[in-house]
Amino acid sequence: MKEVIFHGRGGQGAVAGADILADAAMREGKYSQSFPTFGPERRGAPVMAFTRIDDKPIRVRCQIYEPDYVIVLDSTIGQFQNLTAGLKPDGSVIINTPLTAEKVLEEKIVAKGKIYPIDASSIAMKIIGSPVLNTVILGAFSAATGEVKLKSLIEAVSSRFSETVAQKNNAAMEEAYNVVKGRRN
Amino acid sequence: MKNRKLLSGNKAIAEAVRLSEVNVVSAYPITPQTSIVEYLSEYIARGELNAQFVQAESEFGVMSACIGASSVGARVFTATCSQGLALMHELNYVAAGLRLPIVMAVTNRQLSQPLGMWCDHSDAMGERDSGWMQIYVETCQEAFDTVIQAFKLSESREVLLPTMVCLDGFILSHTSEPVEVLDQEQVRDFLPAYKPDADYHTLLDVKKPLAAGGGCPPAFTMEFDYKKYDAQEKGREMLRKVDEEFGETFGRRYGLVEAYRCEDADAILVAMGTMVGTAKDVADELRSQKGWRVGVLKLRSYRPFPKEEVLKAACGSKAVAVVSRAISYGIGAPVFSDIATAMSNASKKPVLLNCIAGMGGRDVDKKSLAAVFEKAIKAGETGKAENEVEWVGLNRNLVGG
Amino acid sequence: MSKPYWTKENFPITPNIRNPAGSLAFKCGQWRSVRPVIDEKKCTKCGLCVLYCPDDAVVKNEKDVMEIRYDYCKGCGICENECPVKAIKMIVEVQQK
Repeated sequence: MKEVIFHGRGGQGAVAGADILADAAMREGKYSQSFPTFGPERRGAPVMAFTRIDDKPIRVRCQIYEPDYVIVLDSTIGQFQNLTAGLKPDGSVIINTPLTAEKVLEEKIVAKGKIYPIDASSIAMKIIGSPVLNTVILGAFSAATGEVKLKSLIEAVSSRFSETVAQKNNAAMEEAYNVVKGRRN
Repeated sequence: MKNRKLLSGNKAIAEAVRLSEVNVVSAYPITPQTSIVEYLSEYIARGELNAQFVQAESEFGVMSACIGASSVGARVFTATCSQGLALMHELNYVAAGLRLPIVMAVTNRQLSQPLGMWCDHSDAMGERDSGWMQIYVETCQEAFDTVIQAFKLSESREVLLPTMVCLDGFILSHTSEPVEVLDQEQVRDFLPAYKPDADYHTLLDVKKPLAAGGGCPPAFTMEFDYKKYDAQEKGREMLRKVDEEFGETFGRRYGLVEAYRCEDADAILVAMGTMVGTAKDVADELRSQKGWRVGVLKLRSYRPFPKEEVLKAACGSKAVAVVSRAISYGIGAPVFSDIATAMSNASKKPVLLNCIAGMGGRDVDKKSLAAVFEKAIKAGETGKAENEVEWVGLNRNLVGG
Repeated sequence: MSKPYWTKENFPITPNIRNPAGSLAFKCGQWRSVRPVIDEKKCTKCGLCVLYCPDDAVVKNEKDVMEIRYDYCKGCGICENECPVKAIKMIVEVQQK
């Protein structure tokens, strides 16, 4: 089973992001589960969302304490929270930032893990025209971890949004995917 | 699984209600039930569900509308929790007393004070004496399946009692997972239309006029109460039957309880709702890592209480830890009391632990449940529980002790 | 209830009242100790006695006259109290044998 924690601020799409990831995994024949934490509901409040993916039915339902992956939609949250608390020793962090992986660790934005930075905000503004970057960062996630295929994410996004919205999101998602994939090679 | 959709617990419930072809939905919004009714009103507005949506000024109005609608033979659904369920309280007894087969989803949420919107079972516990049946579900698929089973159960002639389908607020209502959504044809075959008869049911029919809800002198009240009691006894058997039939038709059966690895268990954890899933994972880990013989007993049917199944699954073990998301102040957890009552005359009974966990949405994590298993194993060895009531995951830095 | 109203075979599941207008069968006028009498000459047919009677025992009959239905009137005296022209008087009940 793989466990993913999404860190974001209310309004950035962390909750929908967790859902889209679970949807994509389901389309690949896997079992999945996604849910948010619930606190004061306002734009800007730190929000965590969780996704679990497994090849067999998932029975556990408590919050995720030892994630395999952490997805950070807003790096400023790192000032108040330990974004990588409980991250497994070989865990990865996919983080929305214009900085490099080395800089991210140097500036202590996150404390540990294999860092995959992606300037999702810029890609989102450029291709989607809005700062909601959940789909973009999922593209980076797919390239970084291989846990879900880009194709599955595209299907999940298309089933969820209107044609024009889905098309822009899918394009941005693919761009982020290519950026991260390109870097790895 | 064919035709899987990623649905939240609330959406799964709404889909099942749509496929059950209800005639009337009346509801008032309350977190975290709100999206159930939002989906249903969308289905009605789009013509996907041919039902009447009755707005009311409060949950009291809602249950009044449900009672009225059910009394004219409509298949009725509503949803609420917490303060809303409490507001319906006096009418819940009326609905059960008039023997109306209303189905209500309860997204279990704490009752004020303290004020909060998070999960615990306090709300439904307050209705456990009312005559409503209560089924606690563990997964979104089970939520979907149980709504359909509930209508069939409630509407059966020998039962005719309303049913609450209880799902953990937020923890299940707002968790999305793959759910197989059945076909309309399949559901219609399993659950035909509700056809009450004017000579037996509470049915307002201008051709056979009656006044429902009459006053009753002491000479007869106990007999009417007995009939309600007897109906729930029959409900126990009917739920077994409906669930079995569902299993044969759709390939999924849940039982009144699920006894997970209890056959050879020295310690068994009893729970309801989502906590059960986490407990099963913990049980597996403890068995393989520590060699402890532990099991989990899921109570699915809470009312009617599955005495037989509980005794069969649990009396053979050395210790049983009942973990509840509710407390009856002055004694301990209600579910604990029910289990202890069921076992009171058993010739061989385990040591019982009265554990409170997850109140007000406190996350019930694997560590906490492992600690409960540990206490149970120890109690089984020593023959007694360490504490009268065990508060799991309590912050002793704040309250001492 | 002096004789069995129900048997095991027909005891219903809930106390719904299946005989409509059952109260008409109970002639509670026998409980009276005083009875109202309407002076037709004073009566203005305003209908207030009809509205105020808690038992629906005062009706306007086919001849357009206010009539007390003595089978059901319990002698509470509200009609006498409410009549604006004092056309109703409560008198001591004379038992009909």
